Amino acid sequence: MSLPCPDVAGRHSGFVDAFDLIFHHRESISGGVCVGGPGEIGHLALLHLEVSLVAVVIAVLIAVPVGLWLGHIRKGEFLAVSVSNVGRAVPSLALLAFFVAFLGVGFTNVTLVLTLLAIPPILTNTYVGTRQVEAETVAAARGVGLTEAQIVGQVELPLALPTIFAGIRTSAVAVVATATIAPLANVQSLGTPILEPQTYGDAGQLAAAIVVALITLAVDAGLGMAQRAVTPRGLKVGTHAPERRRRFSLGTPAKTETT
Amino acid sequence: MNAVVLAQLGNDFFQKRTGAGCVQSQGFCPSWIADHINEYWGPLGEHVFLTLVSLAIGFGIAFTLAILAHKRRWLTGPITAVTGALYTIPSVAAFFLLLPITGRGNLTAIVALTTYTLLILFRNITTGLRNVPVDAVDAARGMGLTDNQILRQVELPLALPEILAGVRIAFTTTVGLATLAFFAGGGGLGEQIYSEKAGTGGIFFKSNVVVAGGLAILLAAVGDLIILAGQRIALPWRRVGNA
Amino acid sequence: MPEDVKPAVSIEFREVTKQYPGAAEPAVDKLSLEVGAGEICVLVGPSGCGKTTAMRMCNRLIDITSGDILIDGASVTQRSPAELRREIGYAIQQIGLFPHLTVAENVATVPKLLKWSKDRIRQRVDELLELISLDPAEVRDRYPAQLSGGQRQRVGVARALAVDPPVLLMDEPFGAIDPINRERLQNEFLRLQAKLSKTVVFVTHDIDEAIKMGDKIAVLKKGGHLAQYAAPAEMLSRPADKFVEQFVGADRALKRLALQRVRDVDLWKVGTATVGDLVGQVRAGMEDSDLDIALLVDDEGRPQRWLYDRDLQTDRVQANAGAAAKPLIDLDDIMRDALGDLLSVESRYAPVVDAKGVFAGVLSMDIIAHALNLPADQARSSSELIVE
Repeated sequence: MSLPCPDVAGRHSGFVDAFDLIFHHRESISGGVCVGGPGEIGHLALLHLEVSLVAVVIAVLIAVPVGLWLGHIRKGEFLAVSVSNVGRAVPSLALLAFFVAFLGVGFTNVTLVLTLLAIPPILTNTYVGTRQVEAETVAAARGVGLTEAQIVGQVELPLALPTIFAGIRTSAVAVVATATIAPLANVQSLGTPILEPQTYGDAGQLAAAIVVALITLAVDAGLGMAQRAVTPRGLKVGTHAPERRRRFSLGTPAKTETT
Repeated sequence: MNAVVLAQLGNDFFQKRTGAGCVQSQGFCPSWIADHINEYWGPLGEHVFLTLVSLAIGFGIAFTLAILAHKRRWLTGPITAVTGALYTIPSVAAFFLLLPITGRGNLTAIVALTTYTLLILFRNITTGLRNVPVDAVDAARGMGLTDNQILRQVELPLALPEILAGVRIAFTTTVGLATLAFFAGGGGLGEQIYSEKAGTGGIFFKSNVVVAGGLAILLAAVGDLIILAGQRIALPWRRVGNA
Repeated sequence: MPEDVKPAVSIEFREVTKQYPGAAEPAVDKLSLEVGAGEICVLVGPSGCGKTTAMRMCNRLIDITSGDILIDGASVTQRSPAELRREIGYAIQQIGLFPHLTVAENVATVPKLLKWSKDRIRQRVDELLELISLDPAEVRDRYPAQLSGGQRQRVGVARALAVDPPVLLMDEPFGAIDPINRERLQNEFLRLQAKLSKTVVFVTHDIDEAIKMGDKIAVLKKGGHLAQYAAPAEMLSRPADKFVEQFVGADRALKRLALQRVRDVDLWKVGTATVGDLVGQVRAGMEDSDLDIALLVDDEGRPQRWLYDRDLQTDRVQANAGAAAKPLIDLDDIMRDALGDLLSVESRYAPVVDAKGVFAGVLSMDIIAHALNLPADQARSSSELIVE
């Protein structure tokens, strides 16, 4: 970096210090290295998203077909649901630690861990979403002459898409969150400043925390919009059906009060 | 030849698994585990403590919010948005965001863990209450039960399955997140897994990872089963089949 | 028999209006009518006519915009809603039994609210279950999910009657039941009403049910206007306007069949026999009968099988002789339902039984055809239901 690297030790504190680090690079605590600034933070963020994206994509490629198939043949509920229950119980740190201890460090291993974490919500949601397509609809499609594969692709998949997307959303958020501890396995991400306070200082930890939080919220919101976008209009109308519960009040009448 | 070779292999195997050789190679060493198992009870206890306290406080808050949202429907959206946002923030980030405010230690860990339980508990309690059959509530009101009586005698009991499902999920999630509590200075099994300072070898020592990680998973599984059992006991009407 | 049945009270609607804010028209428009003590008043009309709204204003589930409803002379607004409702029985279409409580606990809901003693509650629950023809020992600890639709409906009625309220509000209570059981439940309810004499406001969209159940019928038009309030016989012979005429239906003459009960007509007699009787004697007994067949009954007089000439060739009456004697018509059935039963099995006649199942005579198509010729004002009055 050809620009000067100021030493700001003690100049700011707390959140202000953190924000400063995001926008201006500075001398590291231990000295000799330039840290912070939008360049580096942006770089780390990109790495963070990169490893997350790869994991989620692979998880989708594995979990969605399996979930679609199981949901279509309406079997394997115990497996599909248990995998999520168990997956929830496995602490991400423990999983990462297992892999690091038994398989070593590196991008591949971290991606493996994140993929494993990403699969359960997608698998369960795909299964449930597909399974929930009414049997009569499927039977009708069969009667019209669609092959099994066509039924899955043209009937069940579109109808299950909102639920599947909800699962992808949950997964993505979990993966982006867990990528924060990727540095434990020598993979750089936004967790790096958090795990190396000796270089980045308290401000670094806080800054990284802020950026991670914002990115995760953005990912969630973005996928939320995508989820709404793929919800067929017919289903949307259903979930906004008028509130049927009657209230003891003069208020707006429920649909049934006029008979 | 075979017997000798086997004996040698066996010897090597055990040599790898016991004694200094195993530990030095950071392997999976049952004897080491047996010797050091006592060092894990403390962190396990801390872990249980963090989980239960966060769950209890979280439930209290979520329950209050849910009852509020039950009476004033319009609150559901905003509360879900806020708890959702809190939930989305990764735990590690949350710990560090809280540090300037609550300092290092249990408090930070508990505050963060509590906020993570809010979304799932709030959502399940409200959904449970909302899924109570409308006609049962209408009949209850028509018979002369006050709103509070309906809540206590009809709505909450019927919402219990969904509520308990939420508690199960919140419990297992919290156990998982509590492994990261050490970042906030709250101890727990995560400390055992990660930190060399804990004296159990850190993240690269297979034995340590297996024990500490295994205990966390075991804790989650056992707790899950206990809540599940409680659910079956508390809901006799769901055990009977249909006519 | 039920403990001291409370005396019935009258209900009066005085210019009752319900206007929802923002709606163009009121849901109920200046409704005025009086339901006499011990009467069943049926509110009937098309969707949106305000019948359910009117009923739900009686127990203040819906607040009255203007006008008043008086129960036993006192305005419903005088007491707190919860207090008011505890003295009014309430039965709805979806029944609304509490899934998490047993049948006994469901029925005991209001008694518990009124802090009755455990013994008194237990006694009352058993009494009520018997009243609705369910075996207390078998049913009291079951959960609603374990009951059939008809049983659930009955429990709903029992629950409504728990504290013996003088007034009963029923909103399509039999709507969710299949037609066969619905008929049975209607008959049972009418039998119950004969014993208990409650003042009932009954809502239905089914004009046939209204004619069968009501002492007085109130036909409501869309917008909550009262089109006609009269006894069924009068409404059938003198509909107030075109709307009522159309709503009642073009088959008014046939509908009059609903005003007659099987017990109102003279049934045919046939010879009866039990297994083992001497055939000679049976034939002798057939001399007097209106039909050339005999009826095999069991020891308690319940019909089993028809015995034709070919079945009476042996010395004694055999057990499996003849053909099954079906359908069994209830003495309290309305003529319309009895006709339907006969038509459904393409039979010209069927045995009639009383509430206990004992043979009471034979109903035939000829009898019904004859009854159709009777002028309207000779039709039934439900207060003549005799309790055996």
